[in-house]
Amino acid sequence: MIEAGIYGLMAEYDTVPGLVAAAEQAHEQGYRRMDTYSPFPIEPAAEAIGFHKNRVALVVLLGGLLGGMGGYSLEYWVSVLAYPINVGGKPWHSWPAFIPVTFECTVLGAAISAFIGMLAMNGLPMPYHPVFNAPNFTAASKDKLFLCIEAADPQFDLTKTRQFLERTNPRIVTEVSN
Amino acid sequence: MATRGLSDLPPSQRPYLADPPVIAPGHTFASVTEKIMRTVLTGRTPLGWIGGVLIAFGIVNILMMAFGYLFWKGVGIWGITVPVGWGFAIVNFVWWIGIGHAGTLISAILLLLKQSWRTSINRAAEAMTLFAVMCAGMFPLVHTGRPWLACYWLFPIPLTMGVWPQFRSPLIWDVFAVSTYFTVSLLFWFTGLIPDLATLRDHAKYRITQTIYGVLAMGWRGSARHWARYETAYLLLAGLSTPLVLSVHTVVSWDFAVSVIPGWHTTIFPPYFVAGAIYSGFAMVLTLMIPIRAAYGMKDFITMRHLQNMAKVMLATGLIVAYGYFMEAFMAWYSGNRFELYTFKNRAFGPMGYFYWMLITCNIALPQLLWLRGFRNSPVLLWMMSIIVNTGMWLERFVIVVTSLHRDFLPSSWGTYKATRWDYATYIGTLGFFTMMFLLFIRVLPMISIFEVRALLPQSRINSLAQENLQ
Repeated sequence: MIEAGIYGLMAEYDTVPGLVAAAEQAHEQGYRRMDTYSPFPIEPAAEAIGFHKNRVALVVLLGGLLGGMGGYSLEYWVSVLAYPINVGGKPWHSWPAFIPVTFECTVLGAAISAFIGMLAMNGLPMPYHPVFNAPNFTAASKDKLFLCIEAADPQFDLTKTRQFLERTNPRIVTEVSN
Repeated sequence: MATRGLSDLPPSQRPYLADPPVIAPGHTFASVTEKIMRTVLTGRTPLGWIGGVLIAFGIVNILMMAFGYLFWKGVGIWGITVPVGWGFAIVNFVWWIGIGHAGTLISAILLLLKQSWRTSINRAAEAMTLFAVMCAGMFPLVHTGRPWLACYWLFPIPLTMGVWPQFRSPLIWDVFAVSTYFTVSLLFWFTGLIPDLATLRDHAKYRITQTIYGVLAMGWRGSARHWARYETAYLLLAGLSTPLVLSVHTVVSWDFAVSVIPGWHTTIFPPYFVAGAIYSGFAMVLTLMIPIRAAYGMKDFITMRHLQNMAKVMLATGLIVAYGYFMEAFMAWYSGNRFELYTFKNRAFGPMGYFYWMLITCNIALPQLLWLRGFRNSPVLLWMMSIIVNTGMWLERFVIVVTSLHRDFLPSSWGTYKATRWDYATYIGTLGFFTMMFLLFIRVLPMISIFEVRALLPQSRINSLAQENLQ
């Protein structure tokens, strides 16, 4: 059930075990549209909300392959087709000499796709997001940990979800407006 | 018998074996955040910082004058001549780019090796890499004399002339290696900064700083899904940087080794260049970190453990470099090639022999003091050693470039080399540029990665006791 103007309910925690236990319970209760917010990476928190796999590695592999093939094709086109020059009798297609640049282009393609791919899959840059409306959310980049169950979750109910979150020993539970 | 009591204790409790901690005890998430953030978000700029930036900016102006005169007159203002066509520009290029390598080693290779002590020095070391590569990049650009006319043979750019770069030349490999290295180092550094920029955005007091850090943080909110992708991307960038950093100095050494000049044409060059790069880079990290940790009160995060570990890396890479020097001498004799043998003799006992012996003193003889525990425990002595090693590594590049070129195959074409005041002005100018960039960096960005230090605290783990036992 979606409440108008509400993004979700945000619970604040002090300790990592407290946050992870709450996230695990929420997942057991059947909540899926939720997220935790923390000032440092907590791998068990991602596991607890059911986020097990990401596709960054695949994007990086594709970017690296594209970079490498692009680099080699450029060298081949320049040295064999567009501007063939005889250097010390070496063949036009002198592939061993083309390896260093191919390698550098592979790394460049992979690194750029790691950066852009990670940001794009995270939906960044994002100038506005409702979670920043939560009180004390600036502590999410300092020393506090948050669990937000979103109103878009099919099981979300303002009173029931609030009761559930209060049972997980948070410091405070607050409504987050859209 | 007096030592029996001590050796019964577990190693971590023996007073003479215990390593100092990576982070001083008693810190919380809030205290590390406050402490590191304070140097950036404070309204009061230290007077020493202002003085340092002014001096460095003055030296940058020397660099600008040197470049201005160079573009006006051409490379004839330098000491390069026939037969020494490669002078200070190449020496400084190799020196600077080598210094950069320690930053990538600390941030990438030590991350993959799970060396958690790297955490509090990686941000500053990566910044050092970027600024060192900037300084390095200036030399190949300006040594063309007219850089704006040089782009078509450095980079593959479509022009009406239909002329393209020569991909069989190590010099072109170098262009690709160094520009890729700079780009990847920048991406890696910026990726590491994103969560800390969000911290600065959330705690900045003024609208303008909130906006600037907010735009740079791109809306980072610390979501678990974001952190998972972030960690994957960060690890992959580290994995990519590792072979990249090894390839960069390898390619730089090929600039020499692929030629036929005696003293350059050797297969020991790539590993020995890479080891030398890491050697000089760690020396530069010590040169920067020892004053900074004292001036900014960062001794809780940059502890004696860091200084000792860096000293040990210097000792190890210094020994690899010593092996490189020995192999050069051995191969000169074992090859049976009279030109190789003469080049070596000329290097050690010729008219510029004193440079060679200064280099051996700075790079091999004096650093053996690092074997002594007491020496590694003294920040002042380590700082002096770092200056000695940096000097030695500069001399190494000078000896390789100049003594190999000034007397090669034909005695009739022998010559000598003498740097001019413009050579020195350019070199000192880049030192000023490097210092200025580094000072600006520590004022506007957190010099220590805040989120990684938070993750280093025992509270960040779900079961801290179990984790402690695993380590």
